[in-house]
Amino acid sequence: MDFLLVQVLNSISYGLLLFMLASGLTIVFSLMGVLNFAHASFYMLGAYFAYQISRWIGFWPALVLAPLAVGALGMAVERFALRRAHKYGHVAELLFTFGLAYLIEEATHLVWGRSAVPYRVPPDLDGPLFSIMGTQYPMYRGFMMLIAVAMLVSIGLVLKKTRIGLVIQAALTHPETVEALGHDVPRVFMLVFGGGVALAGLAGVIGGNAFVTDPGMAAALGPIVFVIVVVGGMGSLGGAFIASLMIGFIQTFAVSLDWGLFGYNISQVAPVLPYLVMVLMLIVRPKGLMGTREG
Amino acid sequence: MEIRIKHAALAAALLFGASGAQAQLKIAYIDPLSGAFANVGEAGLKHFQAMAEEINAAGGVNGQKLEIVGYDNKVSPQEALNQLKRVIDDGIRFITQGNSSAVAGALIEAVNRHNERNPGKEVLYLNYAAVDPAFTNDKCSFWHFRFDANSDMKMEALTTWMAGNQKIKKVYLINQDYSFGQAVRKAAREMLSKKRPDIQIVGDDLHPLGKVSDFSPYVAKMKQAGADTVITGNWGQDMSLLIKAAKDAGLTADFYTYYAGGLGALPAMGESALGHVKQITEWHENVLPSSIEKWSQDFEKKYKTDFYYLRIRTAVQMFAEAAKRAKSNDPKAVGYALEGLRFETPTGEVEMRKQDHQLIQPLYLSTVQRMAAKGGPKEVKYDVEDTGFGFKTDAKLEASTSAQPTSCKMTRP
Repeated sequence: MDFLLVQVLNSISYGLLLFMLASGLTIVFSLMGVLNFAHASFYMLGAYFAYQISRWIGFWPALVLAPLAVGALGMAVERFALRRAHKYGHVAELLFTFGLAYLIEEATHLVWGRSAVPYRVPPDLDGPLFSIMGTQYPMYRGFMMLIAVAMLVSIGLVLKKTRIGLVIQAALTHPETVEALGHDVPRVFMLVFGGGVALAGLAGVIGGNAFVTDPGMAAALGPIVFVIVVVGGMGSLGGAFIASLMIGFIQTFAVSLDWGLFGYNISQVAPVLPYLVMVLMLIVRPKGLMGTREG
Repeated sequence: MEIRIKHAALAAALLFGASGAQAQLKIAYIDPLSGAFANVGEAGLKHFQAMAEEINAAGGVNGQKLEIVGYDNKVSPQEALNQLKRVIDDGIRFITQGNSSAVAGALIEAVNRHNERNPGKEVLYLNYAAVDPAFTNDKCSFWHFRFDANSDMKMEALTTWMAGNQKIKKVYLINQDYSFGQAVRKAAREMLSKKRPDIQIVGDDLHPLGKVSDFSPYVAKMKQAGADTVITGNWGQDMSLLIKAAKDAGLTADFYTYYAGGLGALPAMGESALGHVKQITEWHENVLPSSIEKWSQDFEKKYKTDFYYLRIRTAVQMFAEAAKRAKSNDPKAVGYALEGLRFETPTGEVEMRKQDHQLIQPLYLSTVQRMAAKGGPKEVKYDVEDTGFGFKTDAKLEASTSAQPTSCKMTRP
């Protein structure tokens, strides 16, 4: 029973981290139609920035400054490069973000080297939050969940309740009308892109020290984020939330249940199961759980 | 015109000869020099280059200067074979490689084929780190020499030590799902059941290589199973993440690993490894007193990387010694001279076993501790990658402990 409880908590916290990572991607896609292949690279940058800033002035400032820095970089990318690629259609955009991912990875090699950097959980958050029958539940995981939930709520509020949120949503479907009303639509897009990658940056700040900060981290989490966005439904924040938790549960419980299947143990293939879910989803329901667009 | 060119060439040849510099003796280093494992590949290359420098300062190999040439294989067997073709086209006849047994297996086959078809132009392969036991058993080859203990030998040493530790009751195995991880798991099961039948194997997980980002579900299983000891062949991220997850969940089990001291591992694991993560290696920097203490520190200063691979030092020195004894830099002659060669290293005498070309050498079991300067035990004089953590020897396991029988039936040219 306690074992089950611990695994449920593990599933939720991992799922929420995935959600933090996927939310930015899905927002950018739903509002701009841009599928950003470099999204996980911004996650990695968030972790490296946080490492650097926390070495200078500590973790708490880094928690705020690193996502802002990543967001600013994202805006610059949108303003000076992506906007130009946008004119040539979605394929050009895709290829651009694909190349960008490589550029960012090589740049981190040059600046921080090829090995892992010692980015650590701050002492205030290091240690057990509570313990269930001898198994400790780390405080940092609780913190991770808190940030993720706070993020979900605030994004929802901004998009649904504020004026800027209304403008963003309007710009998605009727850009000309919004422009005619005197709003600067390209600027809105720039803000959205910057905001989306800033969320990835925030996930990096939180995930970088929970796991490992090294140049391979973008490649490690990149594919799974696409799985979440596809399963949840392209562009649906709620869908991404449900899909993240689902993937978290599938992976965790596939590991903890020692079910045999055709001579294979299911835990052996646990990390690959999300991709199976994605393929099945694309066959059965291509628009995903809560998606509105086809494909 | 033609005559003039010939004259020029002749003059150049004369000049070249007169200056006393003969053609260089080259070893091709075929390992990752770009991509995710480039840091590991580059560190190995530096070790080889340092050794070549030392050999050259002492007069080279039979009068020829030794040069190490890097070829990037991106840890891909296919890419490694392409690079081997280039190496052969470049006229290089000695190769070395270490990262990944999948690559090593492909190289051994290709070298065998090439040597069979091109008598007189043979290539010799010095393996400094690929540990799949098959290479010195049923896949053994005259052209392959291994300077690292293979994974069965390391497990033999580990389990011999574990057999004497009565506190160990419940062992959990977790490994990467490919040839090496499976070999570790199989050997651990067999050897433990022979040496300590009372030890329970309470868990046995295989997971895909490099695909797991959250190990906490695995750690929860270890807790549930009551494991007091974990054996893992994991390396890279798969090991760092496992150790971090174990610390977060408050798992106090000891971790017996192969690669806790590998490049990048300690910076990633940090404090979470302290006191309960062990490694089995042929060397670490706190094997003291040591005849190469100053030498290894000089190496670190000059090349900006820790001296990790004693076996590379041994490999290059034994290679030079064999060439000297053979009075030839021909791969076949060097190969015959390497067979059965005994050699004195800073950790004791080692032998390149004739039957299977496996180096028999002492191994050390050591544990992560804080370095002495930061309040750790006094034996931990040096830290790893400036982390403030280093290794403290638990036990030295003599060469005879880990030696394994071989099924190799070597065919010699």
